[in-house]
Amino acid sequence: MSSKSQDVEALIGQKYRHGFVTDIESDSLPPGLDEDVVRAISLKKKEPAFLLDWRLKAFQHWQTMQEPTWAHVHYKPIDYQDISYYSAPRAPQNAPKSIDEVDPKLLATYAKLGVPLHERARLAGVAVDAVFDSVSVATTFKEKLGKAGVIFCSFSDAVRDHPQLIERYLGSVVPPGDNFFAALNSAVFSDGSFVYVPPGVRCPMELSTYFRINAAKTGQFERTLIVAGEGASVSYLEGCTAPMRDENQLHAAVVELIALDDAQIKYSTVQNWYPGDENGLGGIYNFVTKRGECRGRNSKISWTQVETGSAITWKYPSCVLKGENSIGEFYSVAVANNYQQADTGTKMIHIGRNTKSTIVSKGISAGHAENTYRGLVKILPSAAGARNFTQCDSLLMGAKCAAHTFPYMEVKNPTATVEHEASTSKIGEDQLFYCLQRGIGAEDAVNMIVSGFCKVVFKELPMEFAVEAQNLLSVSLEGAVG
Amino acid sequence: MLLRISDLSARVAGKEILKGINLEVEAGEVHAIMGPNGSGKSTLAQVLAGREDYEVTGGSVLFEGRDLLALPAEERARAGLFLGFQYPVEIPGVNNVYLLKAALNAKRKVAGEPEVDAYEFLALIKQKMKLMQMSETFLTRGVNEGFSGGEKKRNEVLQMLVLEPKLAILDETDSGLDIDALKVVSTGVNSLRDSKRAVVLVTHYQRLLDYIVPDKVHVLSAGRILKSGDRSLALELERRGYDWVKESKVA
Repeated sequence: MSSKSQDVEALIGQKYRHGFVTDIESDSLPPGLDEDVVRAISLKKKEPAFLLDWRLKAFQHWQTMQEPTWAHVHYKPIDYQDISYYSAPRAPQNAPKSIDEVDPKLLATYAKLGVPLHERARLAGVAVDAVFDSVSVATTFKEKLGKAGVIFCSFSDAVRDHPQLIERYLGSVVPPGDNFFAALNSAVFSDGSFVYVPPGVRCPMELSTYFRINAAKTGQFERTLIVAGEGASVSYLEGCTAPMRDENQLHAAVVELIALDDAQIKYSTVQNWYPGDENGLGGIYNFVTKRGECRGRNSKISWTQVETGSAITWKYPSCVLKGENSIGEFYSVAVANNYQQADTGTKMIHIGRNTKSTIVSKGISAGHAENTYRGLVKILPSAAGARNFTQCDSLLMGAKCAAHTFPYMEVKNPTATVEHEASTSKIGEDQLFYCLQRGIGAEDAVNMIVSGFCKVVFKELPMEFAVEAQNLLSVSLEGAVG
Repeated sequence: MLLRISDLSARVAGKEILKGINLEVEAGEVHAIMGPNGSGKSTLAQVLAGREDYEVTGGSVLFEGRDLLALPAEERARAGLFLGFQYPVEIPGVNNVYLLKAALNAKRKVAGEPEVDAYEFLALIKQKMKLMQMSETFLTRGVNEGFSGGEKKRNEVLQMLVLEPKLAILDETDSGLDIDALKVVSTGVNSLRDSKRAVVLVTHYQRLLDYIVPDKVHVLSAGRILKSGDRSLALELERRGYDWVKESKVA
């Protein structure tokens, strides 16, 4: 028995593959946070006055707030004065105008990560906005998208080129004072991505952002804002990595999605931030606020996430279902290995009539990890005929990990239907032995069992991403059972 | 000699279950191991298959002259040892056929053969499913996922037919089957019988042996083989009960 669980653990004990540091001169603010830092960031980015005001209000609000402690995660207090709130790769002269001007070392980094930036991107049909530390480096396919009327650019460019859209939608789903980390982000966010799909337009390609934290002692605070006009649709992919460092790094992002009448937004994430080493040293603290609003009738927002990285994950991609007949979906695979802690789930807020939501959460725990599903289904009195289906399953590998489930339901309309199914299973020694007895090696057997467990979520991912997610999963759990 | 078990003893969770088993199985033979609950029948099957929770404390097992106990479970399987499980486990989301194909390819790889062609494989599996009277919906279902007890047992025999082991150990494959299913399962097992292979049936009931006629019958009790004989021993057991063997041994 014991030798078996050790094998399981050996199999899980797989090294992080994206842990390299790129040697690039960067333009950073010294660590520390006060009003001057907020002003300095805004000034560096030559922002209009409304945005500086917005940041300052958020900062003032943040100062009155306490870091939340309700999540099932444990970490040493974060010293917010010891973090640099701005780090940009230093370009020869200001920002690159095209991809050819981007520092080749940076492009090499992305090549190493497997980001399809250059020509490969076109072949893959993916438009990529790559955010390196705090600044958006290059956005591919601007032109082709431009022809369709789709705006896909860095947040900074959007502030410069489309300030009226930013002013109208920024903070309209996640207000600056929404929570501690969202307020911090609102004060100091340095870049991110912006997407606007005009009414009636089906975005001609998958859009993709790739995030990477490179500089030491830096936080990354990006914002993503996606607006789909009436009848528009868009699919957006997000990937993340970071170098291996002994100290913890903070990532506090905000993502806002807005779907107007008949619009659809599909948002997929493969999160592979550095999880820390096998003793729990280092790793990214991932405190992220993601929320979508189905503002229009018949609109739909679908979140799919595969979370394999980060030392701490605190993340609840949510849907506010305002429009009549609108649909919210959340499909999640969260893997926690070694000393990783994940507290993740979703909120489905039903406001409109006949709104519908589906939650499928698959948690995998291995090593000494703690994996928590936390979900809220809230049906307001106005949401007649609302329906929710929730399924959360946990898979445990080895004897030292833990899985927790905290489902909350508030139903204030008697015509609503809410269903909840939950299961916890241990990766069966029985399942494993069954595979071994059929001649299948331990590693292949674990991959097979885990993939089977995650199947319903993977099939929601766009094809290329599904393959990557599957690979990532097998890497994260390599050596997991024996 | 296909399988030679000499003085094998083993324990589970510190408790001695097998206390010196001796058994020889030649290629071409069918052996039945019978015995009351708790006599060690399933433990013997699991030990031979290589389950690690079972600790071998003495003796040896030779499989085609190789030291079987030195091999990990997956290598025993690839070498041609198949265990039909008493309680086949469900593996949700893993396609039944996918697992079987992976198993066959693992075996072929060791034998230095190329991976099985997808069309050939499908044809093979459909043919065997027909023999086992399984509907083609099994092709798309998860491994044992939502199968009834009888379906699980048929699926075990199906896997055995596809993998064509040299030695098949069937652990109570007859339990929980109605008479029709028992006939189907027996037909499947009999179709595998030939001069190169052997089958070891672990069972409580004589009934199975009406359909799969054994060459030798052994009675296992308290971790030892108390008596061996031919087919007639099983019939006598049915008539006189296991106590008869225990008493005659003492006497």
